[in-house]
Amino acid sequence: MSAAELSATAAVPARRPSPRFLASELRLVLRRRRNLAGLAVLAAVPIFIAIAVKSSASQPGADAPDFFRSITENGLFVSLAALTVELGIFLPLAVAAIAGDAVAGEANLGTLRYLLVVPVSRLRLLAVKYTAIVLFAFVATFLVAVVGMVIGLALFGGGNLTTLSGTQISFTEGLGRVALASAYLGCALASLGAVGLFISTLTEQPIAATIATVIFSAASLILDSIPQVDWLHPYLLTHHWTAFGDLLRTPIAWSGVVQGLYVAAAYALVFFLAAWARFAGKDVTN
Amino acid sequence: MTASDAVRTSGLTKRFGSQTVVDAIDLAVPRGSVYGFLGPNGSGKTTTIRMLLGLVTPTLGSIELLGWPVPGREVDALPRVGALVEGPAFHPYLSGRENLHRLDAADRTSDPATAARRIDEALDRVGLLPAARKRYRAYSLGMRQRLAIAVALLTPKDLMVLDEPTNGLDPQGTREVRSLIASLATDGTTVLVSSHLLSEVEQVCTHIGVMHAGRLITQGTAAEIRRHQETEARIETDQPDHTARLMRELGLRDVRTTPHGAAGRLGDVPPEKVVAACVHAGLSVTRFIVDAPTLEDVFVALTGEGFDVSG
Repeated sequence: MSAAELSATAAVPARRPSPRFLASELRLVLRRRRNLAGLAVLAAVPIFIAIAVKSSASQPGADAPDFFRSITENGLFVSLAALTVELGIFLPLAVAAIAGDAVAGEANLGTLRYLLVVPVSRLRLLAVKYTAIVLFAFVATFLVAVVGMVIGLALFGGGNLTTLSGTQISFTEGLGRVALASAYLGCALASLGAVGLFISTLTEQPIAATIATVIFSAASLILDSIPQVDWLHPYLLTHHWTAFGDLLRTPIAWSGVVQGLYVAAAYALVFFLAAWARFAGKDVTN
Repeated sequence: MTASDAVRTSGLTKRFGSQTVVDAIDLAVPRGSVYGFLGPNGSGKTTTIRMLLGLVTPTLGSIELLGWPVPGREVDALPRVGALVEGPAFHPYLSGRENLHRLDAADRTSDPATAARRIDEALDRVGLLPAARKRYRAYSLGMRQRLAIAVALLTPKDLMVLDEPTNGLDPQGTREVRSLIASLATDGTTVLVSSHLLSEVEQVCTHIGVMHAGRLITQGTAAEIRRHQETEARIETDQPDHTARLMRELGLRDVRTTPHGAAGRLGDVPPEKVVAACVHAGLSVTRFIVDAPTLEDVFVALTGEGFDVSG
């Protein structure tokens, strides 16, 4: 042992792992007015859809999207229709706003340096930030699903549910299917959150990180619609997102969903590691 | 340098691109000292402090913080270090108390059971308890600065690193910070306080280091630093020339006449000998002044005067 180590102040023992920091992070995200407004917009979409369908004289035509046609038969489809509509921009934007803010927001305020000297190790900071992003992704999708379910059941009633394959399942099983679909989309958005977390370590401007994350998801959607690059499609972040509809078939067509989960896990892992690689040695100068 | 230093650096260097911001400094902050880390704006103080706290990675050189190598083991050292780095920074839409709760929650070494009590004590110690429920954005600059100091008081510390703690404070607030530093030192906490305004910290410092253009140009106890500049004797009299000649004979250096008399550097000459010689020579001395240099004089002599921002 060297003289230096002998003279070191004894390290203060860390207490057993506690969820205090994560709880604080979630409070910060969920109490912020901007984020609450965003969640309110997400929740308004199923309400809008249900009221629009209810009040329109004609039923949705045969050319309406899959879930829209079924809304009048079963209120649960309001949830699925709302998730489909919001998957294009609203849900990715909500997750991108939280993820983009994760590190860049703290850097921008200067609170990052005070967290690091508490001290919070950089890996722990990223882990807590990412956990909060994942939980927010689930909160967002389940909020849309639950609000859709409540308004749908109120306006159109429940009962047995006709799946996309045309067979009937019980209402309880239908409820389970909607929950499964929401959870799947939660995972999908959580992988976008990892991309956002990585971008958030590159800049001190949270808005820039959010915009870049939205662009990433939009670019993925655009590439997915260009047939000439179909070799790329299976690897795109958003390619399997719409596979959540397969959960509404009998029996459930798992292959798309499972592939989607693999892609989501791969993106989450790669971008979390990239965020760590970037953030671990970054000079915090503001 | 001894093993009892709270902070020790060796050849510490930081380059941003081609610019060398901190240039091979060997800092030694003894345990129990109040170390005044001085230098003009832009002389590399803040970058040095950021390196000590593990926020910025050194280009070259090594750091020991409370005996732990940084970077590498800062997570072991930092629970015993309180820091105010380049001004306060908090979440504007949280109250002062909520901001402290957040930082305490992030600390794996703090006891959640006593958090509420410790937070209120820290707020009370900086006089913010009445404003604890106010949102941070409504705080004045002085209140923000106090809140940042309150963070450092949440748990017991061996070392306080205060970067420009009096920035933005009124004279009353500046005095309070000084008395806080003094009370920390009395408790045995080592204090490293940086400032570009020397007069603010001069009275409480036991040790001084002066930075200029990225280099640590001098370091030592306050008394050693003062010795850099010699004591001057000034005599007011109606016979300046005669007095000046006498001073030269006594061995004073840089003797010059002034409008009201003569002045010179004492060197090793005891002041009382000068007085006795003047009386013996029959000079009518109206005033005799022995002027010990203030640290301000030393500081200006070392770093130059004026608004030049180095680097």
